[in-house]
Amino acid sequence: MEYFIQQLINGLTLGSIYGLVAIGYTMVYGIIGMINFAHGDIFMLGGFAALIVFLIVTTFFAGIPVALILLIMIVVGMLVTGLWNWTIERIAYRPLRGSFRLAPLITAIGMSIVLSNFIQVTQGPRNKPIPPLVTDVYHLGGLTISLKQILIVVITSVLLFAFWYIVNRTPLGRAQRATEQDRKMAALLGVDVDKTISITFIMGAALAAVAGAMYLMYYGVASFNDGFIPGVKAFTAAVLGGIGSLPGAVLGGLLIGLIESLWSAYFSIAYKDVATFAILAFVLIFKPTGILGRPEVEKV
Amino acid sequence: MTSGTNTMTKDTILKVEHLSMKFGGLMAINDFSFEARRGEITALIGPNGAGKTTVFNCITGFYKPTMGMITLARRNGKEFLLERLRDFEINKVGGVARTFQNIRLFSGLTVLENLLVAQHNALMKASGYTLLGLLGLPVYRKAVDLSIEKAKYWLDKADLTDRADDPAGDLPYGAQRRLEIARAMCTEPELLCLDEPAAGLNPRESAALNALLHSIRDEGVSILLIEHDMSVVMEISDHVVVLEYGQKISDGTPDHVKNDPKVIAAYLGVEDDEVDEVIAVELEGGHL
Amino acid sequence: MAISPVPASDNLMGKALKEALFAGVIAFLMFLLFVGIETYQDINNALVWRTRWTLLAVFVVISVVGRFVTVAFIRPHLDNRKLNKAKEGIPDLSEDKGFLRKHFLKFALILMLAYPFLSLLIVGKQGSLKYVDNFGIQILIYVMLAWGLNIVVGLAGLLDLGYVAFYAVGAYSYALLSSHFGFSFWILLPLSGIFAALWGIMLGFPVLRLRGDYLAIVTLAFGEIIRLVLINWTDVTMGTFGIAGIAKASFFGIWSFDTGSPTSFVKAWGLSASSVYYKIFLFYIILALCILTAYVTIRLRRMPIGRAWEALREDEIACRSLGIDTVTTKLTAFATGAMFGGFAGAFFAARQGFVSPESFVFLESAVILAIVVLGGMGSLTGIAIAAAVMVGGTEILREMSFLKVVFGPDFTPELYRMLLFGLAMIIVMLFKPRGFVGSREPTAFLKERKAVSGSFTKEGHG
Repeated sequence: MEYFIQQLINGLTLGSIYGLVAIGYTMVYGIIGMINFAHGDIFMLGGFAALIVFLIVTTFFAGIPVALILLIMIVVGMLVTGLWNWTIERIAYRPLRGSFRLAPLITAIGMSIVLSNFIQVTQGPRNKPIPPLVTDVYHLGGLTISLKQILIVVITSVLLFAFWYIVNRTPLGRAQRATEQDRKMAALLGVDVDKTISITFIMGAALAAVAGAMYLMYYGVASFNDGFIPGVKAFTAAVLGGIGSLPGAVLGGLLIGLIESLWSAYFSIAYKDVATFAILAFVLIFKPTGILGRPEVEKV
Repeated sequence: MTSGTNTMTKDTILKVEHLSMKFGGLMAINDFSFEARRGEITALIGPNGAGKTTVFNCITGFYKPTMGMITLARRNGKEFLLERLRDFEINKVGGVARTFQNIRLFSGLTVLENLLVAQHNALMKASGYTLLGLLGLPVYRKAVDLSIEKAKYWLDKADLTDRADDPAGDLPYGAQRRLEIARAMCTEPELLCLDEPAAGLNPRESAALNALLHSIRDEGVSILLIEHDMSVVMEISDHVVVLEYGQKISDGTPDHVKNDPKVIAAYLGVEDDEVDEVIAVELEGGHL
Repeated sequence: MAISPVPASDNLMGKALKEALFAGVIAFLMFLLFVGIETYQDINNALVWRTRWTLLAVFVVISVVGRFVTVAFIRPHLDNRKLNKAKEGIPDLSEDKGFLRKHFLKFALILMLAYPFLSLLIVGKQGSLKYVDNFGIQILIYVMLAWGLNIVVGLAGLLDLGYVAFYAVGAYSYALLSSHFGFSFWILLPLSGIFAALWGIMLGFPVLRLRGDYLAIVTLAFGEIIRLVLINWTDVTMGTFGIAGIAKASFFGIWSFDTGSPTSFVKAWGLSASSVYYKIFLFYIILALCILTAYVTIRLRRMPIGRAWEALREDEIACRSLGIDTVTTKLTAFATGAMFGGFAGAFFAARQGFVSPESFVFLESAVILAIVVLGGMGSLTGIAIAAAVMVGGTEILREMSFLKVVFGPDFTPELYRMLLFGLAMIIVMLFKPRGFVGSREPTAFLKERKAVSGSFTKEGHG
């Protein structure tokens, strides 16, 4: 039982990270109906930003509190990554809006290749290890919970709440939802659609940057390759939860995290990703629009 | 597929019995029954939101009705329960073809190709499900020639021969409507279901459409149509069924329906005592 | 961007300058961390950093200049061209084909047939190894894969992000059956195709009722599942080590290309030993496979099944109303595409003599899909051009050792291969969203064959 709960906690931690990244996929999909394949690499970029900020901060201000370092890492990461995603949307996606559906998908795939190779070229192909940031561990009976796990879950929850608030309670969120429903009508009613979409990209990237920073804190390494696998899993999470649905993205992320950790614990670690993908296929066969996705009504 | 039991009178092609359709808590169609006779043009009319398109979608297999039976009798005596057929079998086995309210053409294919796609099942068989066709056997070649002949026939009828090699998406609206009907006819249906064929047509296009529908009926194909435009309905239909709030309120010849106070009330939302007045106006004006 | 009449040029320059400065600021902020700072490990293996201000400056300057040129010159030029085109009226697609364009296919075919001999003549035996193998065979493999995927994506409009799975099935079928049972290439080539098609049907059957992006992610998932199984099922697949020593293809069982063999090709023809003969032989095999793929695709498009594929791409609901069994139609497209992927896989295994899961990553699927879209969905010629440009282009980059003179001896052009590949994907898409060949050839006509402009064709939703 304790082992099970332990795995549950590990799964939730991982799932939180996936969920944060999945929100970026789901929001962009919701608002412009495009699979932003480069989002996983945006997450990787966020991790690298955090890593470099960490190195600079620890060089210049040795001995400052860990909490402050983390805060700076996250904030700078969010800003830089948001700026990147804003630029990417402007350059590679906006000109193709309203054209052929596959064109932005291809530029997104191209962007994904460019980003990971850009980091490989500028920062080198090797794994970048950093010393452990947060080392405290708590024991509750037979359970081991590390402070970083708590941090990850808490930060994720706070961000999710803030995010939920923005989307559901602010004029910006209203503009986003209106754009999602009907872009032309929203524009006619005075919503600045371009700006709304840009902000959506920035928000998605900011969340991915937080996820990237926490991923770095959790595993202690960053690599230019880190975008793909977590990206695909987060995308899987978004689809599993029902792409376009915010709670769905979080639910999907948590589910994927749980499946992964429980499968590794009880079956085989080698096949954990196979299990994830197989469950995705299985769920979609029975619920073709994901768990919380709106059923697609065929209009005749 | 049920066959044999002779529950239908000889000239009935489609019999809808106790049809009900529920969307969540909403009863879109409530215990609706009617018959369409072979060789006739039957019109299904009613105010907006009455459930006409829902009935259509049940008949043509896009919705599974919550309750009720839809029986189709083919010329060869076989009968089918349409709600038990898979979506594509309604056309393939049942011989029911349809058009759509928002025209659904293969807009990137040419007009001719649209008509050839409609002959898919016949051509598939002739091509030995592709394998023999790849060898280019004469049987298949002959079938291809025949299919082009048939396409030409309908191109001619729909007055589209000049545009045969243009993409369907390039046609003007009225021509697209006619092409959609011609495409449906290329599947050799016994019952043709038209969802608001006259919507958005100008008077000249509307007249051309009426002529096309008449010539289709004269070939022995029964037509079931939904229509808003009363002039079209009154001019071409042999039999009119009126639907309001998912229930049938009138059924009969155009003249009968036109004078049915319930229908007038439904269309104009007037009190019963005003109905007479309305009838008087309507008889003078020719149409609503 | 606002639609405005061509502005006065000083006004334009001012605007360009402003936008260029803005771009400079953005670029500075974007590249500050990633370019301005280099992280590396010191002797103690600890991660440290140093600054690269010059490089950062280069990036910023490039951004500023690039933005300036775009706003001041390129965009007005493009706008003018568009305006002129609009003034001239609707551009004609079918008219005015030059002699070369009319006979393009024949020329291309002749050139392909002569290619190995031309390269032998020009650069000799040793030199042509590279041209026949790295350029010829490599490009043709991608042409074949892209043509196979084109059936699924370009014709039937089903977005498949896991096409590489069928390539893998073909390659491993050949590798395993050849090493365990010693079957020859000529038996295994069709078998691999059939296996891949069966896999296509097996994977396709449950998921083909999914629509659009859901289908895309499930196909991606299947692609990953197959790769992960290949990695982890070590008893059979040898895992990441891969299967080595796969038998070469023989000359239809008559001559062998193994040097020690008594029926050796070189001995039979009295040639000096060189691996170039095998490569040339492989070149013709893959060329023949490509021609087969093209032939079948062209024939199928004119058959009812091919028309149904395209109709499915245009409107699935209308297809159903016309009595077309959409599930079977989708499955045949999926299986046919998979079969060609399987053929290509078997060929790949025979050519490399080695297969490992490394060759079947998602990136391959993405590259193949990109080639299909860049070429123009459905257009065989466009796709072949896209494959030649994209694959050939990155291969050329390997050869650019002269760049070392410019950028110093540490410069490894290969490092930038994928970076440039990605950039090229983006740029081509931005300028030609419908690919190199955007129009569609009709499959039947009454009076004249007119190409259908890309603005009418749809891209499918399933």
